[in-house]
Amino acid sequence: MSIQINESPFQERVQKGIENDFMRQAVSSAQGRFRTGKLTQAEELGNWEDWRQLGEEIRKHTVENLDYYLQQLSDQVSRRGGNVFFASTAEEATEYIQNVIKNKEAKKVVKSKSMVTEEIGLNHALELGGVEVVESDLGEWILQLDDDPPSHIVTPALHKNKEQIRETFAEKRGYTNSDKPEELASFSRDQLRKEFLSADVGITGCNFAIAESGTITLVTNEGNAEMATTLTDTLVTVMGMERIVPTWEEMEILVGLLTRSAVCQKLTSYITAYTGSRLEDEIDGPDDYHLVIVDNGRSKILGTEFQAALHCIRCAACINVCPVYRHIGGHAHNSIYPGPIGAVLTPLLDGYQDHTELPYASSLCGACTEACPVKIPLHDMLIKHRQIIVEKENKAPTAEKMMMKGFAKWSSSPAAYILSTKMARLALKAWTKDDTIENGPGPLKNWTNSRNFPAPSKQSFRAWYKEREKSGGAS
Amino acid sequence: MTIQNRDQFLNRIAASLGRPRHTDGVERPKWSVNPQLEVLKGQTQENLIDVLEKQCKIIHTVFKRTDKNGLEQVLKETIKAYNGKSIIVPNDPRNEQYGLLNLFHEIEQRIETHIWDYTKQKENQIFAERADIGITFSDITLAESATVTLFHHKDHGRTISLLPHSYIAIIPRETIVPRMTQATQQIHEAIAKGEDVASCVSFISGPSNSADIEMNLIVGVHGPVHATYIVVD
Repeated sequence: MSIQINESPFQERVQKGIENDFMRQAVSSAQGRFRTGKLTQAEELGNWEDWRQLGEEIRKHTVENLDYYLQQLSDQVSRRGGNVFFASTAEEATEYIQNVIKNKEAKKVVKSKSMVTEEIGLNHALELGGVEVVESDLGEWILQLDDDPPSHIVTPALHKNKEQIRETFAEKRGYTNSDKPEELASFSRDQLRKEFLSADVGITGCNFAIAESGTITLVTNEGNAEMATTLTDTLVTVMGMERIVPTWEEMEILVGLLTRSAVCQKLTSYITAYTGSRLEDEIDGPDDYHLVIVDNGRSKILGTEFQAALHCIRCAACINVCPVYRHIGGHAHNSIYPGPIGAVLTPLLDGYQDHTELPYASSLCGACTEACPVKIPLHDMLIKHRQIIVEKENKAPTAEKMMMKGFAKWSSSPAAYILSTKMARLALKAWTKDDTIENGPGPLKNWTNSRNFPAPSKQSFRAWYKEREKSGGAS
Repeated sequence: MTIQNRDQFLNRIAASLGRPRHTDGVERPKWSVNPQLEVLKGQTQENLIDVLEKQCKIIHTVFKRTDKNGLEQVLKETIKAYNGKSIIVPNDPRNEQYGLLNLFHEIEQRIETHIWDYTKQKENQIFAERADIGITFSDITLAESATVTLFHHKDHGRTISLLPHSYIAIIPRETIVPRMTQATQQIHEAIAKGEDVASCVSFISGPSNSADIEMNLIVGVHGPVHATYIVVD
C-alpha cells in the first residue's frame, strides 16, 4: 500500500460511498460532534482568531526556514544518542528501517499510529521481509485485522460499526464477548498488551519535532505511543520533514490547536515528548534510537503556490466540516489523506495522473479554509489545482472539454441562444411532472439521482422583462 | 551518532525555497499575537485549583484535596477504592517528605510495594506491568487541562504511570500553573541555559481513553483505566 488505497475509478468509489448507509450516517454524526466540540473549545478560549493567527505565523516561519531547523534537530538527536537518516524517497526510508530491523534480528514490530508510514507503505514492505507488524492504535488495529484502509486521519475506523468489529475480533482473534464498545476495548487492551511486551522494535510517527532539543512529541489518548516508546529497546521515529517546530514554546501552541481541532479536547490524555536514547541507568525507553526524516515529494511543494499545504498539522478539522466528505466518505478519495487537505496534498505528493478528480470533489464552499487552525487557504488551492489540471496538464475530463467547446459556440450565437431557451421546456417535457424533473435524461441524470431539477420556465427572463416594461409596472 | 544524507537533503530544500542554505543565524520572529499568555492570567492559586477540579470531571479523573497530614488517610482510601494489592512508585525524595515511606511500612503486610531501583533493571518494568496502582508526584501541574507533568529519569521510570491498572498523582499545591505555556516556557529556558531536557517528559491528563469504536468514549485502553489526583496543600 502507498498513498493510494484503491484501484477502482473515482465514480465507482463515490457510488460505493453514497450507497453505504452506515458509513454515511456515522460520518455525518461524527462530523456533527467534532464540529460542535471544536466550536465549544474555540469559544471557551474566546480569541480563536488570534490562536489561528499565531499558528499560521509559527508554521510559516518554520517551513520557510526548514533547512535550518532540520539541521538543528538532527544535531540535537545525534548529540542525545540517536541516529538520523534523511530519506529522499519512500524506498530509501523503508530500506533503512528494514536494515535496522534486520540488524536486530527482530521478528515483531509494534507501531503507534502514523500517517507517514502509511504513505510510504512501510507495513507492507516489512511484512514482505517476514516481520510481523502490529498496529497498536485501537482503530488502526481493527483495520489491520481486517486488512482495510483508514477512512479518516484521526478516527481511522469510522466507517466500521461495532457488530463488524465484533465479527472481526471473533474471526481473527477468537473473541467471544458482546459488541459493547467497552468489552471490545478491554479485549484489545489484553491482546495488545501482550504484543507490546513481546515486540522487538517500536515504530512511531511524529506530531511535532522540537528543533532546539531534538525532541519528538506524540499526541495520543490511548497511551499506545507511550507503550511503543517505553517498552522496546529499539525505536524508530518516522517523520514527514515538515513536522517540526523551533522550540518547546511553539510545540505547546500547535499541540493545543491540534487537540482542540482534532478531538475537541484541551489536551489529549497523553502528550509525550521524548529525546534520543535513554540515559545511563534508565530502564524504560530505547537504547537504540533512529529518526527517519522523509521528503517523498514534499520538497517539490516548497517554493510553489502550494507551500502552505506543508503547514498542515493533521487535525482533520477540514475533513470534519466538508460536505463532500460527509456524503462520499474517506475511501472514495483514494488516498490515505482524505477530505480537503487530501485533495490538495495527494496530487502534489503522488502526481495528477491518478488524482485528477480530487480537486473537483469539492463544492468550494470554503468551510475547510475557515476551519483550518493554521489558516491554510484550502479551497483556493483546490481552484489552483483545477487551473493546472485544465491549462497545464490538459487533463480536464473529455466530457467537460466538449461541453465547454459547445457552450462557447452556443453562447456566442444569439440566434442559437434564443432558440434553445424556447425549446428547452419542450425538449424536457417527457420527463417533466408538476414543473419538476425527477429522473432526467443524459447528463441531467447525475443531478436528478440525488435531487429534483426544476423544469425550464415557460417564459425566458428577457421575455418576462419585456412584457413587464410594456405593462408599465410590476406583474 | 550518525547523521546520513543530510547535506544533499537540506540543499534540496534550500534550492526549492529559492535561496542559499540557512545554516545559522535564524531567529524566531516576534509573533504578532500571544493569546496563550492571556489564559487564566493573574488567577490566584485557589482559583487555579478550582479550574483544575472542574476539568478533572471532564477527563474522568477523581479529584481530592488534603494537606500533608491528611495525605496518608486519603491515599489509604484511594488504594482501597482501587482494590490495590500492589503499588509502584519512583525513587523520589518526596516519598519521604510526604510520608509515603511511613505509609508503605504500615501497609506492607497487606500490600506489596515497589520503589523504582535502577540497579534491578527490567525487574522494575515487570513489577509495573502487574502492579494495580502507580503513584507519582506531579512536577508541574497544568490547571486548564488538568494535566500532570512528569520528568522521567533513572529513579523515575516511564512505566510507573503507564502500566498499572490505576494511577494516582500527588499534586503539591505549589506545582500548579495556569496552563502548558508555563511548563514549556520553563523547559525552553532551561535548554537555552544549556541544560539537557529529560529523555522523556510526559504530560498526562487523566486515564487513557479512545473513541475509535463508533465514536463512543471508552475510558481505559492501553494506559491506566482509573486516575485520581490528590492536591496537597
